[in-house]
Amino acid sequence: MLPGLGYFLLFHYGALAGNLIAFKEYVPFDGIWASPWVGAGNFQRMFEDGAFWAAVLNTLWIAVLQLVFYFPVPLGLALLLHSLTFSSVRRFVQSVAYLPHFISWVIVVALFQQVLGDTGLLNSSLDGMGLSTVDIIGNPDAFRPLTVAQVIWKDAGWGTIIFLAALAQVDEQQYEAAAIDGAGPWRRFWHVTLPAIRPVIVLLLIMRLGDILSVGFEQMLLQRDAVGPEAAEIIDTFVYYQGIVGGDYGFAAAAGLFKGVIGALLVYAANKVAHRLGEQGVYK
Amino acid sequence: MSARTRPGWLEKPKPVTQAAKAMALAAVVLLVCVPFLVIVSTSLASTDEVVANGGWVLWPTEPSLDAYRDILDGGIVTHALAVSAGVTIVGTLLSLACTVTLAYALSRPGVFGGRPALLLILFTFLFPPGMIPSFLLVKELGLLDSYASLVLPVLVNVFNLVVLRGFFQGIPEELYEAARLDGAGDWRVLFSVVLPLSKAALAVVGLFYAVAYWNSWFYASLYLESDHWPLQQVLRTYVVAGSGLTDATTGEGTVTAPQTVQMAVLVIATVPILLVYPFLQKYFTKGVLTGAIKS
Repeated sequence: MLPGLGYFLLFHYGALAGNLIAFKEYVPFDGIWASPWVGAGNFQRMFEDGAFWAAVLNTLWIAVLQLVFYFPVPLGLALLLHSLTFSSVRRFVQSVAYLPHFISWVIVVALFQQVLGDTGLLNSSLDGMGLSTVDIIGNPDAFRPLTVAQVIWKDAGWGTIIFLAALAQVDEQQYEAAAIDGAGPWRRFWHVTLPAIRPVIVLLLIMRLGDILSVGFEQMLLQRDAVGPEAAEIIDTFVYYQGIVGGDYGFAAAAGLFKGVIGALLVYAANKVAHRLGEQGVYK
Repeated sequence: MSARTRPGWLEKPKPVTQAAKAMALAAVVLLVCVPFLVIVSTSLASTDEVVANGGWVLWPTEPSLDAYRDILDGGIVTHALAVSAGVTIVGTLLSLACTVTLAYALSRPGVFGGRPALLLILFTFLFPPGMIPSFLLVKELGLLDSYASLVLPVLVNVFNLVVLRGFFQGIPEELYEAARLDGAGDWRVLFSVVLPLSKAALAVVGLFYAVAYWNSWFYASLYLESDHWPLQQVLRTYVVAGSGLTDATTGEGTVTAPQTVQMAVLVIATVPILLVYPFLQKYFTKGVLTGAIKS
């Protein structure tokens, strides 16, 4: 037990205590403890920084797009898979659909570049047919839909697991009873399937809402150079560029702490709402 | 082909519905498979063919392994491959050892400090420490530019811990009691009773750790000098950021087009996952769900 616990104490609580530098001006030579205090100075600078708010806005934008366009996909895919009667076909499609979850973001981004980039599959096909080419990868306007497409490609299949499990627990007899009472496919879906998987949907929604300030850090960082910060800067990349690249550690830590506190409050609030609605939520 | 029997109350689906379903399924399979096929084919093609085709090849006329020979000739990629493999193997073993012992201690009732420890750990899930403090901690511990910086800061994953703990708790209490009566201590119980029964969970958690270590590049870019980079970070620099692998990086006098070399690196980075995936895939649902339900 001790090595594992030691890890948490050192690398989580140790680092958590390191958040103190959000209230300090970090001097590398002095280390975290001896650096001078600046009170809330870093936070004040942050709130007055237009680039920070732009990053916050971008983060929310991307999160909302993902919520609206990504979230229903695994659910739909799970319903489709669940409705298949040939289990061998279903298992094959499942295996294929899970796979991209295990591919690193570096490779996913590289794959998208190969297919949609300047000289990629799509453009050379368009070119070959005498059509004009489209710039998708380096285009800031196309960036948001592109990131949603990447997330869907990578994780939609994996996301079906939890829905499939919920669907598998629905009692067949309920369907049978509903069918005998004359309910068609749509009514059965509405009155049997949906209520059965509602707790899972609510649970995942809450987790997503609590996490709304985190949208794929690696995904954005990998593509920020190609499309520029206007489109790809999120809070996490802001922290990275201010702190690690820019050396302004106290300021970047303040932004990171801001995100952490708001995120934790959001999870807490979303969970409260879930309890009000009579759902179980993430924790009791 | 095994088919579930269609229940009597369910009417036969309309042909239109069936066709739509089949198309949707085919689309899913193609969307996942085609990009990989293009990558593999391009990596096997000759330079002339790639250039003639405008950057990619779907079916190489004269497949060759030149690109692979070039990058595995002892240059940067070879080194990076060794780093990635080493970090993945050592990291996975260390992580598994720590996670298993911690999960076992937290799964047994009446362990001193068990409840506070669990809360302490679950809290980190809600409130991660943040990038800058973590970076400064690694720096002040003197771990910069050591491979330990890729493993120690991510040693135990809360999700994996919860999966294993849930699995251990599912083992019938009678087995523990029987082992105790036979005079087995905690280590004995863990090794002779718990672990043999937990192969599925260990396989899943081990895979999750291995994939995470294999895929990680960000920590490497933070903590390591470029001559110690693992494969994913090399991939990021030379493929995603667009600077093609030049002579200096692949050894001497390369004759293959950068494109085929880039694709070959991509393939090399993906193959290990494709190799272990089929063996472990059957455990996924079980492992993931124990975790999801218990948390």
